[in-house]
Amino acid sequence: MLSTEEISEIEMEAAHYPTRQAVCIDALKIVQRHRGWVSDESLHDIAAHLGMSATDLDSVATFYNLIFRKPVGRHVIMICDSVSCWMLGYDRMREYLCKRLGIGLGETTPDNRFTLLPIVCLGCCDRAPAMMVNDDLHTNLDSQKIDRTLETYQ
Amino acid sequence: MATVHVDGKSYQMKAEENLLHGCLSAGLNLPYFCWHPALGSVGACRQCAVKQFKDEHDTQGKIVMACMTPAADGTHIGIHDPEAVAFRAAIIEGLMLNHPHDCPVCDEGGECHLQDMTVMTGHAYRRYEFDKRTFRNQDLGPLVNHEMNRCIQCYRCVRYYRDYAGGHDLNAFASRNTVFFGRHTDGVLENEFSGNLVEICPTGVFTDKTLKRHYTRKWDQQFAPSICVHCGLGCNTDVGEHTGTVRRIVNRYNHDVNGYFLCDRGRFGYEFTNSEHRIREPLHKGKVVSAETARQQLRDAAASRKTIGIGSPRASLESNFALRTLVGPDRFYSGIADSEASLVELTIDILRRGAVRTPTLHEVEECDAVFVLGEDVTNIAPRMALALRQSVRQQPIEIAKKLNIPLWMDHGVRDAIQDRKGPLYLATPYATRLEEIATASWHAAPDDIARLGFAVAHALDSHAPSPGNGDFPLATEIARALKSARKPLIISGPSCQSEAIIQAAANVAMSIGAMLSFTAPECNSVGATLMGAKPLSAAFRAIEDGEADTLIILENDLYRRAPRPDVGALFKATAQVIVLDHLVNPTSDKAELVVSSGTFAESDGTFISSEGRAQRFFQAFVPSGAIQESWRWLGQDSWKNLDDVLAAMATALPHMASVHDAAPSAKFRIAGAKIPRSPHRASGRTAVLANINVSEPKPADDPDSPLAFSMEGTTDHPPGSLIPFVWSPGWNSIQATNTYQKEIGGPLCGGDPGVRMFEPAPSRDRSYFNGIPSAFQPREDEWLLIPMHYIFGSDELSLSAPGIAELTATPHVAVKAGDFMEGEKLDVRCGNDTVRLPVRVLTDLPRGVAGLPAGLPPLAGCDLPAWGKIVRIA
Amino acid sequence: MTSVAEKPLTQNMRPDGSAMDLGAYEQAGGYQAMRKVLHGGMTAKAVTNEVKEANLRGRGGAGFPTGVKWSFVPLGQDVPNPTYLVCNADEMEPGTFKDRLLMEQDPHQLIEGMIVSSFAIEADVAYIFLRGEYVLAAERLSRAIAEAYDAHYLGKNILGSDYSLELYLHLSGGRYMCGEETGLLNALEGKRANPRSKPPYPPVVGLFGKPTVVNNVETLCCVPHIINHGAAWFHALSLTQDSGTKLFGASGKVKRPGLWELPMGTTIREILEVHAGGMRDGVKFRGLLPGGVSTDFVTAEHLDTPMDFTAMEKIGSRLGTGTMIVLDDQTCPVGMTWNMMDFFARESCGWCTPCWSGLGWVERILKSMEDGRGQPGDLEKLASQAKMWGPGATFCALAPGAAEALESAMKHFRDDFERHIRDKRCPWR
Repeated sequence: MLSTEEISEIEMEAAHYPTRQAVCIDALKIVQRHRGWVSDESLHDIAAHLGMSATDLDSVATFYNLIFRKPVGRHVIMICDSVSCWMLGYDRMREYLCKRLGIGLGETTPDNRFTLLPIVCLGCCDRAPAMMVNDDLHTNLDSQKIDRTLETYQ
Repeated sequence: MATVHVDGKSYQMKAEENLLHGCLSAGLNLPYFCWHPALGSVGACRQCAVKQFKDEHDTQGKIVMACMTPAADGTHIGIHDPEAVAFRAAIIEGLMLNHPHDCPVCDEGGECHLQDMTVMTGHAYRRYEFDKRTFRNQDLGPLVNHEMNRCIQCYRCVRYYRDYAGGHDLNAFASRNTVFFGRHTDGVLENEFSGNLVEICPTGVFTDKTLKRHYTRKWDQQFAPSICVHCGLGCNTDVGEHTGTVRRIVNRYNHDVNGYFLCDRGRFGYEFTNSEHRIREPLHKGKVVSAETARQQLRDAAASRKTIGIGSPRASLESNFALRTLVGPDRFYSGIADSEASLVELTIDILRRGAVRTPTLHEVEECDAVFVLGEDVTNIAPRMALALRQSVRQQPIEIAKKLNIPLWMDHGVRDAIQDRKGPLYLATPYATRLEEIATASWHAAPDDIARLGFAVAHALDSHAPSPGNGDFPLATEIARALKSARKPLIISGPSCQSEAIIQAAANVAMSIGAMLSFTAPECNSVGATLMGAKPLSAAFRAIEDGEADTLIILENDLYRRAPRPDVGALFKATAQVIVLDHLVNPTSDKAELVVSSGTFAESDGTFISSEGRAQRFFQAFVPSGAIQESWRWLGQDSWKNLDDVLAAMATALPHMASVHDAAPSAKFRIAGAKIPRSPHRASGRTAVLANINVSEPKPADDPDSPLAFSMEGTTDHPPGSLIPFVWSPGWNSIQATNTYQKEIGGPLCGGDPGVRMFEPAPSRDRSYFNGIPSAFQPREDEWLLIPMHYIFGSDELSLSAPGIAELTATPHVAVKAGDFMEGEKLDVRCGNDTVRLPVRVLTDLPRGVAGLPAGLPPLAGCDLPAWGKIVRIA
Repeated sequence: MTSVAEKPLTQNMRPDGSAMDLGAYEQAGGYQAMRKVLHGGMTAKAVTNEVKEANLRGRGGAGFPTGVKWSFVPLGQDVPNPTYLVCNADEMEPGTFKDRLLMEQDPHQLIEGMIVSSFAIEADVAYIFLRGEYVLAAERLSRAIAEAYDAHYLGKNILGSDYSLELYLHLSGGRYMCGEETGLLNALEGKRANPRSKPPYPPVVGLFGKPTVVNNVETLCCVPHIINHGAAWFHALSLTQDSGTKLFGASGKVKRPGLWELPMGTTIREILEVHAGGMRDGVKFRGLLPGGVSTDFVTAEHLDTPMDFTAMEKIGSRLGTGTMIVLDDQTCPVGMTWNMMDFFARESCGWCTPCWSGLGWVERILKSMEDGRGQPGDLEKLASQAKMWGPGATFCALAPGAAEALESAMKHFRDDFERHIRDKRCPWR
């Protein structure tokens, strides 16, 4: 069941388009914002609300990087691994994060606090290496900055 | 026509088509995957690359995709250009990167389009040394198998399933080189035409699951051209057999009828032929007797004046005719219940009047406004529903034409027309699958549906009678849509068991000269009815009155034709019951003599479809045991072969003389040679029988057709009605169909099979029908029981195919929401028969109407529609 | 009073990175162009002509003349409506970060540009298709759009004229292919971002089947200034025949990675050495990709080439997005190439064979070379795959972009590639 809040947010976006399918990506992101990720049940709920089949909606959902069809932790770290960040220390930053959190790319810490994912170019190449945690951009990373940053996400 | 230069030679190509279509039509071997004649071009696979030159002097040129390039006048291309050749080989290399070495164990091997195209491009050597991506497969139900590792990401499956067939539960997931084609979760594919995936998929991802259980390579199978027996449309098929088991059905291309596609009932229903409940030997009082004994008993029975014969709408014309001849026309009775028989007669009369034209199935696709009166097309004439899904594109396609988008540019056209659909109006007693594409639908009792039809006819022509009082808000809209269309079509039929509906449909069609299609309940309903017979009720009376005491029943379970108590009484009063049939059934259980009758795969014969098309089907193999065509069991001593029967039939029934020409006679040869039933690579013909006899037997003789039970014979392509399998050098898959067509996607060389019996005639009796029923009045304590049709369940023979049986609903009674609760068990009384059934709630049934699954025992023989009582169990 | 600015795109940007609200934007001279076209009696055609005259070329990477693109849209009463203008704000080309700056720090400039451009093509509805990761830009654009609606600069009858425009912000689900014009349209329709074949072109069959124009953020930001100051002024801003200013950038191991608005035609050397401060201490220059990963490497011999569309093509590269990625001598070119091919392989949509199949293979080969498992024949395999991504061979421009990076890397750094194979190791590790 979609909450009234989720529905009203979806319908606000839906007013921008002439077809129901067009709002499906917005709908997936809205539900994901509320629930952390898009479960099969959420997928069915959204599909029903939009008049799409679950298969058709999942076909769209599984195409996009920012829609999570597996559970994620409370905070999602997306570390940029594209060329400028790679040249300016991505490998070291990734190794550091993996060591500190005790997980690999694509995994979630046992306490469910962080999920670590790779992401393609975040568009701040002059401040590389960079990562996002949830909606926040963190640039010019080094190990100390990573430590300080992670502290702020409980 | 456009002049296109290919490797220096000039060809005439259709300017409105693309280069791939033109090259293939010209017989040039250009490989492709994602393009399909029924699906158009999308340019995804890049396999059909050619070099395009500015003119004859340009030596550089550029790579273009033939499927995405119009065949414009003056185009210069090179297929053999070295760069293009290398490019196409490299595309195969790209597809092969992740392709598993499955060929030896893959069902597609031997008829695999990927194999064929790989050989065609010359790519042979693996340079890729890394791991291959793999997938987990899904269980998609009992009919279609899933093996994703073989996928080459050509997108044909989802384009067919979603865009062409309208399915919602198959799509592409993920991206890059790990695209997964399947469902959101495991589960039976919901679309009734899912089986075509096995021919659409160019490799072994989607394969025939029923074939898998008794797998044989295509090159080892023995084939014959056949006609589907599971509904009245008469789709063309090829039957594949090996060592006495029917292995599978494939589509046989007929441009006018089924084109490239079949429905799932037709593709997978064949397994009844292999059922353990087959009657393989004649049985007298339960004991096996010799064929000669059985034949003698038939002769003895026929000699008596008190012997009558009951024919069958699912038996061939020849078998019906043989019984008719044996007992004499005076003692030959219809195998169809009176009410249904008179309706089929009515449809035939209307078409024979000649005032309107009945379209081919292909023409249905091209109609641009359709009005359906009473028929649940998806469940009754499934392949026609697939055609209707294309018909609703006709008016919107005008938008694409105005924007100069070539119609073969599939995605461009679809983007231009978006979700638009042309007019499709449905009036049925309950919600049907096609409603998702309909402009509007209306649910009502049969009489009210008829009244709507009469109202539309009156709106179109004030001379047509009007139902007078009554509110038909849709009538004006429907009339307007039909009137402004270029090719309007009315569809109706006997499924509601309503004469008024059929008459109303005729009125609508006549009012504006629209085309008119009637469905037919079974594969030879039209043929058997056209032949003429006394009413079935008269047979019951004759036995009852003692005028007759012996019944010869041809391929017919009478418990499906009349209420159980009536049939029970009939058999009780009959001294000797003789039954010829394929499968044991309640009628054969009552027979003193049961004769082993050949199925469609073991017989030659003719059916007449609902279009009035007489089409011949041929025996695929010689069955074991004493199985023979019914017409052979019943035939006169003077009839030696099929041609003899056809000649006799043409003489005795001159109004059906053209049936004779549905296929060439048994004398037909190609350069003196017969047409082999097996491909020339068929193997082991000695070895398979070595356990019986080490000496290779002489191939069985076939006196009935120009086909041979052998792989030896002509290598030329036979005419359309005689094609047992498609093959051409380098084309082992079903795509070889290209090489049998004059132009790709068009008619077969030499014409498409079948002879149409009904054409518009100069006499043109256009008098309107006047019998308008009054409005339906629900009753206080009774329900109007109507038949509800199921693609899986309402057809007798396919119920014995395990895959179909698995998908068949259990018997139930359908009622409107509010009357009863889902699953509740109720006693349903129809006539003097009562049956206990669980409830299925349908919100859209009209008030006072309840539905019974048509053809599903135990109420299969109930004469519907009928008023009945539904009672809660105390 | 407006002073004719040399740096029109960045003139409103503040050192603290905050964005002007509508009031401040107007005070600084904003929304004059909008008033000019709505009240000054400029027809839609006239606006297009001005932009054509100005020779504004698309700043998303392809460089197609904007005015010409607009002129393909049918105008008049009989056009199937609505007509759409879509701003491609899906900046995901690795090494590119210029549109972020424009949207975060001067959102009203983009909005005004969109209003004027929509007017030129008689668009009824406009979308900003913004990549989902640009959260700050989303917040600021949302606020700016709301302000514009409040001021009646959007919606029905803008400023009492008979022109109406709805403007919506859409955040993408995240894929590089959403930045491809037709992939974007499919994404905006709620579908997988596969590209479409052209013809039919978006001005004929675009969003929801209607006439559509897709323009880059930076391109649209140029429009108000062209309308305010004229085509001749726009020409005069540049050093060569490709007019206007351009946001140029540099990333990699340079002293001052960043973004600078400079005249079109500024040399590579000036951007690299003057504005970016040259290479960091301890590293030497080896080459650069001038406009994102989909461009050909440029080496020292061509550093004096003007950065514009025409000159860059002449030396066998492209201006692309104008943000350069600099390769130093402490970074392995094979590793860098592997990283770029890995990006392309991951972001392939999976539609056409040479791309989804070939990029994956190339990534594996380069990875094995980096890991010391390169084989003789690998370079030939790489070269033959790159040839499969030539013009007409693939369905869209993603793989041809990868071909540019791959082929030029192998050309300029062939010795390094060969050493990896010969020595069975990466010399930089």
